Amino acid sequence: MKNKEPLILAVVVIFSLITYYLVEPYAHHVMHKHVESEHFAYADLPALAANGDATRGQDLVMGAGACTGCHSIEAAGMPAAMEAQDAAASYGVNPPDLSNVGVIFDERFLADLIKNPAHALKVEHKFTEESGKMHPMSAFAGGGGDIDQEVADMVAYLKSIALKAEDVTPKIAYENACGRCHAMSYENWTQIGEKPSFKEKKDALAYDIKVLQYEDSLKAYMGKLPPDLSMYIRSRGEHFVSTFIENPQAQLEGTAMPRVGVTAEMAEKVIEHMKDSGDTKRAERESVGMNVMIYIIIFAIFALLWKKQVWRDLH
Amino acid sequence: MAHFTKATSIKDWLNQRLAIDTVERVMMSEYWIPKNINFLWAMGMVLVITFALLLVSGIFLLMYYQPNVDTAFYSVNYTIMRDVDFGWLWRHVHGVAASVVFLIIYIHMFTGIYYGSYKKGREMIWVSGMLLFVAFSAEAFSGYMLPWGQMSYWAGMVITNLFSGGSLHADGLVEWIRGDYVPAQAFLTRFFMLHVLLIPLAILGLIGLHFGALRIPHVNNQDGEEIDFDKEAKKYLAGDKAGSKVMRFANDFMSKDMMVVGIYLVFFFYLVFWNYGFAMDAVNFDPADGLKTPAHIYPEWYFLWSYEILRPFSVDIGLVAFAFAQVIFVLLPWLDRSPNTVPANRRGLFAIWFWVMLVNLIVLTAMGKLPPEGMFSQIGFVSAILFIVQWLMLPFITMFEKKV
Ligand code: HEC
Ligand code: HEC
Ligand code: HEM
Repeated sequence: MKNKEPLILAVVVIFSLITYYLVEPYAHHVMHKHVESEHFAYADLPALAANGDATRGQDLVMGAGACTGCHSIEAAGMPAAMEAQDAAASYGVNPPDLSNVGVIFDERFLADLIKNPAHALKVEHKFTEESGKMHPMSAFAGGGGDIDQEVADMVAYLKSIALKAEDVTPKIAYENACGRCHAMSYENWTQIGEKPSFKEKKDALAYDIKVLQYEDSLKAYMGKLPPDLSMYIRSRGEHFVSTFIENPQAQLEGTAMPRVGVTAEMAEKVIEHMKDSGDTKRAERESVGMNVMIYIIIFAIFALLWKKQVWRDLH
Repeated sequence: MAHFTKATSIKDWLNQRLAIDTVERVMMSEYWIPKNINFLWAMGMVLVITFALLLVSGIFLLMYYQPNVDTAFYSVNYTIMRDVDFGWLWRHVHGVAASVVFLIIYIHMFTGIYYGSYKKGREMIWVSGMLLFVAFSAEAFSGYMLPWGQMSYWAGMVITNLFSGGSLHADGLVEWIRGDYVPAQAFLTRFFMLHVLLIPLAILGLIGLHFGALRIPHVNNQDGEEIDFDKEAKKYLAGDKAGSKVMRFANDFMSKDMMVVGIYLVFFFYLVFWNYGFAMDAVNFDPADGLKTPAHIYPEWYFLWSYEILRPFSVDIGLVAFAFAQVIFVLLPWLDRSPNTVPANRRGLFAIWFWVMLVNLIVLTAMGKLPPEGMFSQIGFVSAILFIVQWLMLPFITMFEKKV
């Protein structure tokens, strides 16, 4: 009698694979809009008009640009004037510290942000003329000279004080780019900073109250509370998160989340940090996986040999 | 009173009290298995092993899981996935095994259908098998509630809603099942109880029944051959191992079982470490939120075909069709009127019936996941009708089958 097992195996495998294909890749393809990555090129924004001069930029940032009216720059010895929850009460969200924005954000994005924040952030739909609302970050109207040159100077200054890209840890990237809106409780992060461990319960509660105050302002500004991102790397997946940061509107039309403007390298770091929170054991999974595999393959080989030996007498 | 003598060995001591030799003979060495069976007959053992994996990994998870709506999600996604050493491993093993067990169950069921292994004294094997299917379904559903993610909550909402019976508006029954108006603490605690105690107990009992039901009729074979087990067993015991048509369960068939289990485990652990996404739905990594309905609510893949039988119809008809789909497989031994216990390919029209049924279930599965729009809902509708018509036709097709 001819051995039918290979044929049977082929039938079982083919039917299983077809089912898998239909309920997984194919169904996902139908259910979720596919957004191609633009590689964080910000091609809709103009390139920087001129070579910037950091020294002139410094004067502008501190002076005519008025950046320091709202933002702190710790790297330049300018601490925050207000506590985060108070800043959020005035602006809706705490304007981020500018020490490292030169390395976190793309330069085209920064230039456009300074001139027209709602445009760069892609939230113009929230700040239309009819709505009468103004973006809380005021647009820079020029310091008397060529505005493009001035913007380039400020960008050059921000770059000059920032950390080097390789010194930016995933955590720093996350805190700068996302941390003012998104808590990450599994990494102990709240929108007003990393939650310290308090000895006294009343201090811990006082901290929580500040966070709640902050979140109230943020909710009023955004229309909803931005979600805690602890597990988002698993609930959304890397591709979604990456294309979503690049252009939230492409994935969720009308969303209140701004285009954040990070460079491709920083986006990777942000995602790395999300993995550190939601997929902590990925390296261990690889190594344990290899070991288990080796063990099981050896087991399978022994099982095969045993079967051969037992069945020798049966034919 | 029985007569006990001084034991000559531990084995003898046990033998006098537990008759372990007899048990060994009845269950293992003289439990005769036909030789002409293929690897599909190892699926039962693969199921036993998968069930063991579920049980062991579940016990580990149980040590840290907290059945509380405020802490359940955290206990799973933080404590088990991050804090506890190898907690992630147990969770992935448990999640993947829960999904793969259904793949194997379906293969096992369709093997039974193809070879006619539910007939001529094997009806109880089939019925106990279907009861196992029901118990596993309940086990999988209740387990899916436990992480208290978005899909837990919303699938729990949708499925328990079915019990309102459409226009019967039996909302009282739904509330009774939930213990509340919506899925909340009472709901989670009772599904926790079902998942870790009552249903596993039922499964263990049913596995015992399933095995018991196998012992007298013996397993079927791939050629539809009637085997005289006593005669063939004598031949084997007389030393003509090669000439006999049967073999011992242990170690003869067991060695093949283990070979298949070995290959299966390679596949299984590949999924656990590198391709677990299909078994652990991404949406369930968002915590449950009763105010935010997910864009697409769908059950796990193994429930999709019956879900799709519910969906294309109006509520009441859908529920009737759904109820029909749930019970109809149990009745197979009686709906099949043919006396032939041979592989489907030798049974004329039944062969067509078999392959159409299989393909149609896959189509239903796919449509159950896809959004019910346009072409998908039409295909789903036709497939659901076809499913019902096929079962209604079965007695007539098989009644006129020629005896082979
Ligand atoms: C009137 C207050 C105000 C002034 C002046 C201001 N900003 Fe801002 N800035 C904000 C606020 C508020 C935000 C947060 C906006 C949000 O998240 O929606 C912000 C955000 C930013 C961001 C983060 C953008 C992102 O994508 O995350 C950068 C970079 C920035 N400002 C740079 C500057 C620079 C450079 C200047 C000076 C030219 C400046 N800001 C002036 C209020 C201000
Ligand atoms: C100015 C505030 C703000 C900043 C900064 C911000 N987000 Fe958001 N984000 C939001 C808001 C608001 C939502 C809710 C959007 C909605 O549901 O429409 C959101 C939603 C999201 C979502 C969920 C989208 C979904 O599918 O529901 C992800 C993922 C996300 N943000 C990632 C990030 C990352 C990563 C960063 C940093 C690179 C970031 N966000 C920076 C405000 C912000
Ligand atoms: C998930 C739990 C189950 C376990 C652990 C299990 C286990 C087994 C085992 C060990 C065998 C003997 C070996 C073999 O023929 O594969 C067997 C046979 C069988 N099982 Fe199951 N089974 C399960 C579920 C089911 C289901 C859901 C059905 C379908 C209704 C089913 C129907 C059968 C039939 C018909 C046989 C006899 C096969 C034959 O005689 O050729 N079983 N089962």
